[in-house]
Amino acid sequence: MNKFYLGVDLGSTTSKAVIIDEHDKIVGRGITNTRANYKVAADIARLEATFDARFNILENKIASEIKENHESKKYIEELKSVFNFLKFQKRLRSLHTQLKETVAQSFENQKGEIISGKVDEIINTIEPKIRNDFLNNNLGNKNQFFRDIISEKYNEQVEKLGNSYFEQLMMVFDKSITPVENEMVKYDFQELVHESIALLNGRYGKIKDENKSMHFDVELNLLKGNYDSISDSLKEHIEQIAKMEIHIANMVGTGYGRALLPFAEDCIKSEILCHAFGAHAIFPGTKTVLDIGGQDTKAIQVDSNGLVTSFYMNDRCAAGCGRYLGYVADEFNLSLNEMGPLACDAEKEVNICSTCTVFAGAEIRELLNVGEQREDILAGLHRAIVLRAMSLIARSGGVRNEFTFTGGVARNQAVVKYISEMVRDGYGDDIKINIHTDSIFMGALGGAMFARRNISAKIPLK
Amino acid sequence: MVEKEQSMIIQKEMIANLFKELSTAKETGKKVVYTFVPGNLSELILAFDMLPVYPEINALQSGMRKKSGSFIKEAEKFGHSEDVCTYVKCDIGMMLKGNIGPTGEKIPPPDLLLLSYTGCFTFMKWFESLEDLYPGVEIAMLHTPYQKDGVITKEMTEYMVKQLKQEVIPKMEKVSGKKYDETKLKKILENSVKTEDLIVKIFDTPKTIPSPIDAYFAGVYYIGPINIGFRGTEEAVEYYAELYKEINKRAELGLGPITPEGEIKEEQYRLVVEGPPNWTSFREFWKLFYDLGAVIVASSYTKVGGVYDMGFRHNPDRPLESLSEYCMNCYTNLNFPQRIELLEKCITDYHADGFLINSIKSCNSFSAGQLLMMRKLEEKLEVPVGFIESDLVDPRYFSYANIKNRLESFFQMLEQRKIINAN
Repeated sequence: MNKFYLGVDLGSTTSKAVIIDEHDKIVGRGITNTRANYKVAADIARLEATFDARFNILENKIASEIKENHESKKYIEELKSVFNFLKFQKRLRSLHTQLKETVAQSFENQKGEIISGKVDEIINTIEPKIRNDFLNNNLGNKNQFFRDIISEKYNEQVEKLGNSYFEQLMMVFDKSITPVENEMVKYDFQELVHESIALLNGRYGKIKDENKSMHFDVELNLLKGNYDSISDSLKEHIEQIAKMEIHIANMVGTGYGRALLPFAEDCIKSEILCHAFGAHAIFPGTKTVLDIGGQDTKAIQVDSNGLVTSFYMNDRCAAGCGRYLGYVADEFNLSLNEMGPLACDAEKEVNICSTCTVFAGAEIRELLNVGEQREDILAGLHRAIVLRAMSLIARSGGVRNEFTFTGGVARNQAVVKYISEMVRDGYGDDIKINIHTDSIFMGALGGAMFARRNISAKIPLK
Repeated sequence: MVEKEQSMIIQKEMIANLFKELSTAKETGKKVVYTFVPGNLSELILAFDMLPVYPEINALQSGMRKKSGSFIKEAEKFGHSEDVCTYVKCDIGMMLKGNIGPTGEKIPPPDLLLLSYTGCFTFMKWFESLEDLYPGVEIAMLHTPYQKDGVITKEMTEYMVKQLKQEVIPKMEKVSGKKYDETKLKKILENSVKTEDLIVKIFDTPKTIPSPIDAYFAGVYYIGPINIGFRGTEEAVEYYAELYKEINKRAELGLGPITPEGEIKEEQYRLVVEGPPNWTSFREFWKLFYDLGAVIVASSYTKVGGVYDMGFRHNPDRPLESLSEYCMNCYTNLNFPQRIELLEKCITDYHADGFLINSIKSCNSFSAGQLLMMRKLEEKLEVPVGFIESDLVDPRYFSYANIKNRLESFFQMLEQRKIINAN
């Protein structure tokens, strides 16, 4: 039996899980937002990672087939999208029930009935929209969490319904979302896959029957001739994968909330060590690691084995971390994903002097009042974050070649742009800068690698 | 509950007697000198039969007794900013609230403010504030030249002796009403030498593995008497002889350091620490170390009252010269190469696994240049280093979760290193 190793990184904003094989190769990644219940967050991340692992193992198994047969690749992608939607749908249904319960508890008689009706209307309107986004707009791969997706759509509908029930509907949502988010919804991979296949069969069948499609792209139309044979040959593999046991031989927990993870004492490791180890595994030439996470920024120096020699972290203040960006996004009424691209469109950088997350809000309003452009302010804010990070790096011993940038914030293009500029400016053009698409998973990857090596860590019980 | 050792009982009595004497100074007519630990002139104060008060010791005691928070608030209300050294604010707050000392007895107002170390700029400002609180108090200031080239020259010593003769001694004569008696001073200095010999031996004991003491968390108790005015007394010689005897006994039996929760059974990490400890959460801070078997084998903080292990001794044959040299030789008056050399010697001689800095936000004397020293030591010795930040006595600046997180990472880093080295 194949052995796998799990690393869970319980961060302040997101929880990540990575599953690796016996060669330190990542086979599965899972990510969710960290919520009030840490155990649920860790369990969901782990579950996501095992699902991802099954799909990846499947794709590896039929790699040659995928290469030769474009339709197979497309089919698996479609299958994943449907699968992700069905997962989402289960939680959405749970939310629907919870919303109705909250309405029943909060309002009486006629008022309750009206609001309950509105809730039904909202959910019934947004479910097909979300389904469409999953199936046709690749929503499952956009790193958005249940809460983010549902809040956006729900708010949209509530606004459309006008002012009369705005407060009540928002209150009902606020009261319902947390318990739903904190409950562990049981998913059975095999069951979900079967459902997904059934759903796809219907959809492809439709293509065949109608012989034309308004909704699917040209590529997909190629499927209509030979989809039956593809799905048959894949089905067998899919069945095997669904049944396959993902045996986790050892696991390590890390991150901000690691002490709360239900792991054995010697399976909990510092995130500093894990991030460094993970970053070094992906880029073996790494000497300096910068990790910008939700609430902390770490500058880490590592030796040629990926082991930490010294580190420096921000103290007392989260300005310059992911949460700062989150806060600023709220101020601008933007989503986190929109921040970086907008900042990259700036014509100039407005000088942001505030070193405090909370004060930044006042500063932004002030700057908007004096006529500064949103993009330019955003550029200034991103630059301010990077300046703080550079100061931390300097205090940790500076940038040594190679430099690897990790953490959730490494997904932000504007931050990456300023980091690259300032690293080269301060430490020379020869510095090789590494940023990986999996940068947010480095801590979890390091954890999984420690798990494989079974290196125990001494941490006292709480 | 840990059984109290004889030395602990002696120390407690010594301190209780001092505060008793202070509380009755008005009645007995004894004069009171407020002065600081670095570069203190204990022997000279004793020679004039005056009583010392150490404001920074009172501040740290207030911190440990969880009173500093309200004292600091009082001082801020009085007009001191948030960034001022928290020892100063705690001390001033205590005075504003009636000057009740750690034993619950009232501390008398100063008859003389004796500033014997000017390397800490804050000390000067501190005494200016005290002058404001006690208008008309006598002040004596001794300017201490910095060891910028790492040496004490003849001229530097002469400059200081001149100040002692022309400024400090005349002021002390005036305040105490007594003539300067060099024979008496020499006798006192003989006891200082004996005390210094003993304290060096005590802080040498952690060189053995396992260490019988924690040279930082327990060390701060050990340096109490020598730092708060007992250096030069018979009592101090007796106390340190007793302490040395007890520690030797522990070493012979192969016992580890004593903590508030009993003895450390298994020494896991040997560390050298730079910087003062946090006082407001002293127990919690210590626990983060002993829970993981981390023992501090040497620390620069225990040298603030005198860097005796590098060879300095008071000299009864050169009384004023050696007092001057003592002032110039205090830890924060050493230049960076000297401080680095001292720390390097500690890391090497005490077989340390790691070097840790607890940097104090509000103390420039200690904190300036610490990162630079850390880098130099890391490069030279390839020793794992760690850096944490807290404050002396402002409880608002001790973030338990942050410090715990960094220390855990630091210890895991040492653990990894051990595994790698063992293979």
